[in-house]
Amino acid sequence: MKNRTIVTTDTPVPMEIKPPEQPLHTLSVLVNNQPGVLARIAQVFARRGFNIESLVVSPANDGRFSRMTIGARGDAENLDQIKAQCGKLIDVIHCSDHTEDDVVSKELALVKVAVGPDRRAEALQIGEHFGCKTLDLTPDSLILMVTGDTGKLDAMISMMQDFGLIELVRTGKVVMTRGEGLT
Amino acid sequence: MIAEARDGAQTLLKCLEAGGIEYMFGYSGGAALPIFDALETAGTKIKFVLARHEQGATHMADGYARATGKPAAVLVTSGPGAGNTITGIMTAHMDSIPMIVITGQQVTWMLGKDAFQEADIFGITMPVVKHSYLVKDTDDIPRIAKEAIHIATSGRPGPVLIDMPKNISQGPCNAPLDMPMDLPGYHPEIANVFNQEDVIAIADALNRSQRPLILAGHGAMLAHAGPELKFLAETCQIPVTSTLLGKGIFPESHELSLGMLGMHGTAYANKAVCEADLIMSIGSRFDDRIIGQADKFGRNATIVHIDIDPSEIGKMIRPDLQAIGDAKVILAELNKHVTRLQTQSWLATLNGYKKRFPLGYKKQGGLKMQHVLDVLDTLTKSKAVITTDVGQHQMWAAQFCKTEAPWDWISSGGAGTMGFGFPAAIGAQFGRPGEPVIAVVGDGGFQMTLFELSTAVIHKLPLKILVLNNHYLGMVRQWQELFFDNRKSGVDLEGNPDFVKVAEAYGAKGFQIKRPADIEKILTRALEYNEGPCLINCEVLQEDNVFPMIPAGAALEDMIIEKPKYRMEKPIGST
Ligand SMILES: Cc1ncc(C[n+]2csc(CCOP(=O)(O)OP(=O)(O)O)c2C)c(N)n1
Ligand SMILES: [Mg+2]
Repeated sequence: MKNRTIVTTDTPVPMEIKPPEQPLHTLSVLVNNQPGVLARIAQVFARRGFNIESLVVSPANDGRFSRMTIGARGDAENLDQIKAQCGKLIDVIHCSDHTEDDVVSKELALVKVAVGPDRRAEALQIGEHFGCKTLDLTPDSLILMVTGDTGKLDAMISMMQDFGLIELVRTGKVVMTRGEGLT
Repeated sequence: MIAEARDGAQTLLKCLEAGGIEYMFGYSGGAALPIFDALETAGTKIKFVLARHEQGATHMADGYARATGKPAAVLVTSGPGAGNTITGIMTAHMDSIPMIVITGQQVTWMLGKDAFQEADIFGITMPVVKHSYLVKDTDDIPRIAKEAIHIATSGRPGPVLIDMPKNISQGPCNAPLDMPMDLPGYHPEIANVFNQEDVIAIADALNRSQRPLILAGHGAMLAHAGPELKFLAETCQIPVTSTLLGKGIFPESHELSLGMLGMHGTAYANKAVCEADLIMSIGSRFDDRIIGQADKFGRNATIVHIDIDPSEIGKMIRPDLQAIGDAKVILAELNKHVTRLQTQSWLATLNGYKKRFPLGYKKQGGLKMQHVLDVLDTLTKSKAVITTDVGQHQMWAAQFCKTEAPWDWISSGGAGTMGFGFPAAIGAQFGRPGEPVIAVVGDGGFQMTLFELSTAVIHKLPLKILVLNNHYLGMVRQWQELFFDNRKSGVDLEGNPDFVKVAEAYGAKGFQIKRPADIEKILTRALEYNEGPCLINCEVLQEDNVFPMIPAGAALEDMIIEKPKYRMEKPIGST
């Protein structure tokens, strides 16, 4: 098979680490597990001009409910409004902002790197440094899985940039309050 | 006991009836056929009123709720029928009006396939409902009907939509009529639990204030907090101003009343806001029409915000003190901690403003809306249900028709929906038969829903339609005169019909007022005419302006009392 050059939106752009203009907030929203709920939540954010940066939705331990973890940027006052308006939705059980709370926070990324035999060992070594798992290996590429907090993922991805990224999929952040308190 | 076999539609009607729904306004169509049939077969006491347009039906349900405090239902078909309800749902949502909207829908297995008259009304209406349902299982109907009424009427009320696919309304329902609700995320009962410290802090601030002002909004009305509000104002001697929708929660003839504030409010109410040292909002959401330039509103005052909806706190104005909960409950508690305040000199100042800047108009120089409304107020002794449309006539009605009791003033506030006034009056008259109901409408807005004359005539509703006919989209023309060098664009209502003949064509009685001298005589005759609806066409001055006025987005202190000699800047803030 011939070598393919795959250009994706992730490929050519060197990772610029610029300071974000507005703080990133993480909202944890417990909702009824029903059709339409995500649309209602998304509308609250869109109406106020907030861009949702990451979104993780999965069933909660009580199957009637879903947990949404939403990362969004915006000024704190506006976010209070959004939080209050989300809380008002009938389908929302509760909604909390974990930006400054004492939480554990994790994210997972699958990183497809364009690397052939010549530099493979180098790439794997860097991967090892970040505790990556190798999920797939072909003559011209490999897929690494990395987990950790957002900063660690950013650092790993920026290192891989050097080899050439073919594709990148991040799950978005999930958080959970430490100790016995509920998220 | 073996339950009678019933289908989804019959179940729905029985459950709505059990939930207290007495009236259903609507318009038929294919996807709603099973529900229309159930009106005949279910043995329901719900009275169905056929409107002439789905928008009209929603405004009727809205007017009914605003006149009685009880929700009504709307029943329409799918697709275009459902689409026509949107303005009405939005109008109700903006003003926190309970309403149950039932839309017929395509069968479930055709959803998402662009089937005939399929519209994703669940998705389309999402931003303008308090909550909505797309029913997928017939056996859910009893629970959903119960939840819908509970959600629409409790907490901060609002419209709830139930989209009923035809196979659901047609299918057999085996569920019992009384099913428990399942609303783990909805707890309106916490409105009765307030933070005692918040209330004490408010009482302390109030007891220390010298120039307090109560700003009463629609929320106070929805909470039935009139008696508590009156007790507070009278005990402490605090003047009261109200929002457009708060009219009536405190009698406007009361010596402590300052009438309405805001863009076209009284000069003395707006001056009171500028000079108060404490402004206590009870159930108002500090709408841009009342606060003007937000950062200048009540700059020198302690702002107190009492509201049932936490998302209103700090949305427009960040309050110094707040209490979240039901206004009636909070005021009852607050009243235990307040004393008579030394407000004599403050009240004297405001009385001075009342004398210096009264609401006035000249009786000479043609027929004026103000004059007609002033006489109407006198003849009805301020004891009629007044509904209005949107425009100049609405603002003058707010100024000159004093509202003495809650639920007597019905006007589209948040949405400012033209075409609202007349159908709302129909709903109000159904809700309060035997009481005088008067729709004050402009020639523009009336033509948006005048076909509901059929509905009013068929039911012999004795309501009065007061058409204040200036042959213009007057309010827009006023802005063009004041801010756009009087360039009139798209405001001339050339081609208006002869409204008296229109009324007569529908079988209603028509009256005409052309001169100031006719006002009292004709209005008296119209008010005495009770065999059915009547319309009074008033040929008023074409180019008159509503004052006082605060240009949109300007500060309250920049209020103008009459047309300035200089050219005014175009308003920047708000619309
Ligand atoms: C459905 C709708 N369309 C447009 C407007 C914008 N608007 C506000 S007031 C007004 C003029 C109303 O004219 P009319 O009904 O004759 O009342 P008037 O101001 O002359 O008393 C218009 C067009 C509106 N509020 N609602
Ligand atoms: Mg007009």
